[in-house]
Amino acid sequence: MIGLSFIYSFGGIVFAAIALLSAHDRANRKRWGNAAFWGLLALSFLGGNALGDLGNGVLVLVLVALAGFGAVGRSHPATTDAPTRVASAAKFGNRLFVPALAIPVTALAGTLLFKHVDIGGLPLVDPKQTTLVSLALGVLIALALASVMLRPPKLAALQEGRRLLDAVGWAAVLPQMLAALGGVFALAGVGEVVGQGVSAIVPDGNLFAAVAAYTLGMALFTMVMGNAFAAFPVMTAAVALPLLVHGYGGNPAIIAAIGMLSGFCGTLCTPMAANFNIVPATLLELDDRNGVIKAQVATALPLLVINTLLIYGLAFR
Amino acid sequence: MLVLSGIGVIVLGFVLRINPLLVVTVAALVTGWAAGLDALTVVAALGKAFNDNRYVSVIWIVLPVIGLLERYGLQERARTLISSIHAATVGRLLLTYMIFRQLTAAAGLNAIAGHAQTVRPLLAPMAVAAAEKQGATTDAEHQKIRAMAAATDNIGLFFGEDIFLAVASILLIKGFLENYGILLSPLALSVWAIPTAIAATLIHGFRLWRLDKRLAAR
Repeated sequence: MIGLSFIYSFGGIVFAAIALLSAHDRANRKRWGNAAFWGLLALSFLGGNALGDLGNGVLVLVLVALAGFGAVGRSHPATTDAPTRVASAAKFGNRLFVPALAIPVTALAGTLLFKHVDIGGLPLVDPKQTTLVSLALGVLIALALASVMLRPPKLAALQEGRRLLDAVGWAAVLPQMLAALGGVFALAGVGEVVGQGVSAIVPDGNLFAAVAAYTLGMALFTMVMGNAFAAFPVMTAAVALPLLVHGYGGNPAIIAAIGMLSGFCGTLCTPMAANFNIVPATLLELDDRNGVIKAQVATALPLLVINTLLIYGLAFR
Repeated sequence: MLVLSGIGVIVLGFVLRINPLLVVTVAALVTGWAAGLDALTVVAALGKAFNDNRYVSVIWIVLPVIGLLERYGLQERARTLISSIHAATVGRLLLTYMIFRQLTAAAGLNAIAGHAQTVRPLLAPMAVAAAEKQGATTDAEHQKIRAMAAATDNIGLFFGEDIFLAVASILLIKGFLENYGILLSPLALSVWAIPTAIAATLIHGFRLWRLDKRLAAR
């Protein structure tokens, strides 16, 4: 069965190759820092399960120390210049889109088809991992198509990958680190404390205030945790169930569904949701790390108001 | 209350613009200390959660092929294509993309687009090319347009995916309510994602329409 181990091996090999190329990059003053950073990530992907919890924890601390104290720096692998790219774009024309679109098309096909493919009763692809397996397969197909069509120099794909990955830099592991922080918060019982605090300050006897406390609480706690999934159980147990559902007799389906979406409004407004907000800012080479958040706030806030009104208007009829 | 000190560390760290990886690690250590856990337990918890969440970082495997295509002019071709379409404006392009993203996410196809695989190589250069035709020529304006492209991808995804029955958040809600004795089908939950989805299209669509108007007014 093709599943996570295949995907992690693939990722580990890519990171290991980038670490090796980093070590060979004499033009980068911080090449050893880069090599160590991507090399440790490769180790995590290839052997994370064998390291044990404490071993992984030490690996995390070293990764953070490398990035936090400036040992990792952006590299500038040789690539083509602007005039060459314009000429190449004219030469290959719309055929350039074929490998790029192979990734989404494979993701689409894989998501729809893999669940029907089995070998001797066992599914070919782990049903829980069809998305990631399709992504990996799409990358391989796109690489094959691009290699045949473009005839690039050896290692060009990996060097170009290193160019982009170094542009993202340490932010590449920030989403994973924030997920790890969520694990520590859960262990320490942060959610329970926040839930008790919120339920203590909700005003009595005013339905609209109670609804607003839930939707705002979802948005704010999501901003802190970076993830609506972490905020939902806390806020729903503290405010929505005791007050809105049992107190005012509200419809739990409407309250919970729109409550989650109120959390998503918070996701749009926080650097803690790094994979949606910080990573694209680095990928798109924005000077302002919070540029994507700033573009989202004016949609998120009115939508939060509408969510509050939707629960108030629909859930208590 | 002391366990909330980690949240304070995060807020302070982001305000002071300290490297977020450091901030997050210190927040984890402080939170663990405040909860009375010993340092080794906290480091092990960090390590376990880091290892369990590796799938978040798998997306980077697309970068070699995206970089390779960029080397041969993918972004330039995307720009040429948009420039040749007379009716294409940045607002219309992004709105079309957002509706496509909402509809596909509502059908459970979250992974067919994203910042690394579609926004950087295709959507952002197309949006910038369209905006250039409308008179946005400075680098600062282009950065705003690229940020808007990423924002549009997020908003389309977030307010489309919950219409799909089997998305993680709907299953989380269903499982959570079940623990409290409230039994609901996924469909009973996901239909209530539709009003917000429509509101998101209208609000963000209005902002994109205004973006076009602002560019046209100059």
